This record gives sequence, structure tokens and C-alpha cells, in this order.
Amino acid sequence: MKAFLRVAWLVVRKDLTVEIRSLEILSTTVFFAVTVVLVFSFGLIKEGRAPEDVAAAILWIAMAFAGTLALGRTFDRERQNETLRALLLAPADRPALYAGKLLGMLFLLALVEVLLVLLVGLLFQAPVFSSPALLIALLVSGSLGFASVGTLFAAMLVRARSRDVLLPILLYPITVPVMIAGVRGTAALFQAAPDEVMARFWLALLLFFDAVFVTLALWTFEPLMTD
Amino acid sequence: MDFTRLAAIDVGRHFGRRKALSQITFECRAGEILGLLGPNGAGKSTLLSILATLLTPSTGRVEYGTFSADSAGAALRSRLGLLGHDLYLYPELTARENLMFFAQLYALSEPARAVAEGLEHAALSGRADDQVGGFSRGMRQRLALERALLHKPRLLLLDEPFTGLDQASVAALSARLKGLRDQGSLIVLATHDLDVAEDVISRSLFLRDGRLARDPGPARDLRTRYLQAMGQS
Repeated sequence: MKAFLRVAWLVVRKDLTVEIRSLEILSTTVFFAVTVVLVFSFGLIKEGRAPEDVAAAILWIAMAFAGTLALGRTFDRERQNETLRALLLAPADRPALYAGKLLGMLFLLALVEVLLVLLVGLLFQAPVFSSPALLIALLVSGSLGFASVGTLFAAMLVRARSRDVLLPILLYPITVPVMIAGVRGTAALFQAAPDEVMARFWLALLLFFDAVFVTLALWTFEPLMTD
Repeated sequence: MDFTRLAAIDVGRHFGRRKALSQITFECRAGEILGLLGPNGAGKSTLLSILATLLTPSTGRVEYGTFSADSAGAALRSRLGLLGHDLYLYPELTARENLMFFAQLYALSEPARAVAEGLEHAALSGRADDQVGGFSRGMRQRLALERALLHKPRLLLLDEPFTGLDQASVAALSARLKGLRDQGSLIVLATHDLDVAEDVISRSLFLRDGRLARDPGPARDLRTRYLQAMGQS
């Protein structure tokens, strides 16, 4: 277990160092996510009032689209200099490499989500600070479910010529349950009177999806990466 | 784990309906540099990937002493070093950070020392804290070789290692490979550069269209043998 965590940490640290130097994924992802929210706000907000319940949906749509962009790019980076082969050749647990890539992705998504939540709260007058702990739990568990499947598919597709097309085609249908649970749970919190019981129900469902997706991904990563 | 013999037995590999390799059989022992010679598309890189355990053969098997890729897994990978045509380096990281990342990934007992030695061998100690993206091809090639050698692998697999090197660097690399050979490493080297290869390799395999071509014999120089094996003279 110690070796597993050590390798995962090495990969996270390396990915974050590369990202801090290039700011490539963060800048494109943030720019894209903010654009999505702004476009929706211009389309939906009339006379300073947003329709009920749209804030949660827009938050998750922006997160999913921006996340897909980041997922593709993080593995593209490993493909460009074939560093993925060097990682796979190392005598490290291959699932630990997956875990490292996943944690790095979650960290980047978390940064984007902080901005998104504030922006959605501001533009759509959503009560984002009414149950902060529950909102954070929903976002973290939803991101984990989305990124766990996405990281696996992005790694699988790294050598596919049409990977940019295939990634969303494979990813979105499988992560629809995560998106639905995330949107409904967040919508329950964004009501005028936050429904924490309902939010907890959707959170439990998200945690169940996380457990299934992460287990399956850790289990299948090594065989899928061995050609 | 350790081994002193590498054997490919009837190895074949196809991608869909396309046969990249078929019926490749050879043996190589510690203290040898085996040259893998052939034109583009002959299957050299595919064979190196199979030997590096990154690809599984569709037919046949590879033996590393008494071990196989399936039976030894991570322990076997710790004894393999691969320098591919792409250099497996992160351009955003410095030379030191690249080597340190891999030294730690290989769980070396003294990573800082291994990194310092690697930088010295690559003649990059003075540029250790510069990002690799700003290096010339030759500098990156030298660094990549040290990355592949950090963990002192028994089997070293090299794909076109002389690409982008100036004459002095080619001579230094040739000397380094001979030194490793004398220390008991087992080296498989795929190259187009027959003039350099002739000076370095102990034995050669000629690959053509994914198959081993017949070696016309040791009496002639390597270029003549290569041309004859490829059916061009």
C-alpha cells in the first residue's frame, strides 16, 4: 500500500509541476468553463432573474465539458513524448499510475469548480453557501465518478487516432448517472429552502457510483494498457 | 531477479490483419550487443516493444533467463531499460527533475546520487536545472539514455540511439555501450546507421518485412551484408 501511494504521489507531483510550468490545461479548462456559464447566463437570465433549478444543471454541464477537455489533454501530453510507455515500463503498480493521473485530474477539476461555483452563485443567484459541506461533498464525489471513468478511457484511447471524438462518445453515456445524481443533489441545495435530506440521498448514490467506477477502473487499467 | 540470456522463440505479432512480425527466433547473452538492422517498417520497433514487455506477442514467447513477462511482471521491468525513438522525457521538467522522477519511480535506494551520476555521464551537470524543452536533440538524446540507464538494467533496448548526435557524442555513446557490454549488460540496438553499428555490435539480425532475413555471413563488411540480406545487391 505504501508503494502504491508513493507512486501515485510521484505521478500527481509530476503532473502538477508540469501544469504549473505550462498552465496549459488549467487555462483552457477555466476559459472554456467560464464561457459556458456566461453563454447560459446570457441566454437564460431575463430581467435579472434566472429560471428556477437551472443553476445546478449549468454548473455540472460546465464541469463535464471542461473535464472532458482536461482529460484529453492530460493524456495527450503523455503521448507526445511517449512518456506513457516509460511510465508503463517502470516496475511500479500500474493501478498506482492510474490513481496518480486520477488525483491530478481531480485537483485540476477542483480548482475549476471553485471558480464555477462562485460564478454560478453570482450570475444565477444560487445560494451556494447555504450548505457548503454538502455542496463540496456532492462536487467531490461527482468529480470522482466522472474523472475515474474519464481517466481510464483517456488512457485507453491515447493511441487512437480519433480519440478526441471517441472520448466523449464513450464517457458521457456511462457517466450520465453521475451527472443526474450531481444535478439533482445540487439542485436540492440550491432551492430557496435547501433540502438537505434529498441532497444526502443523491450524495449516497454518487458515493455508490464512485465505489463501482473506481474499483472497476483500478481492476481493468493494467490489462487495458497492456496491448 | 536477474538473467543473463534473452531468447525470442517463434515470436509473431499482428495488428488486425496486418502482420508486423512473424517467426522471429534468436538468442542473446549477457556481454553481447545485438544489432537489429532493417529498413523502415521492417518491425524493429515492434520487436523492441515486445522485448520491453510493452506489447504481447500474438504468437511465440520471449524468455528472460528462466522468466517470462507474465511470470515476472514488475520485477522483470526493473531489469529492463528502453530508449525509444521518442525520448520519454517531459519537456516542462528540468533535466534533474526528469531523472529524479524516474529514479523515484524505480524506487532507487540513492536517487540523488544516481541522478548526479546520470547528469555527469550525459555531460549535462551544468544544465541540470534547465527545462528539457530548451535542449537540443543531442542533449535530450544523451539525457534520455541516462534515464534508461538510471536503474542499471540488465537488458538495454535502444531504438535509433545515435539519432541527432554529433560525432563526439556518437563516439561517447559507442564507448558507453561497449563499457556496459563489458560489465555484462545485454544490449539490443535497432539502428539504420550501419557505419556506427559496425563498430559497436557483436552480432546482427537483419529484419525485412517483419521476418528475419538470412545473414550472408561474417566474411563481408556490415553494409554489404545488410544490402545482400535486404536483397539489394
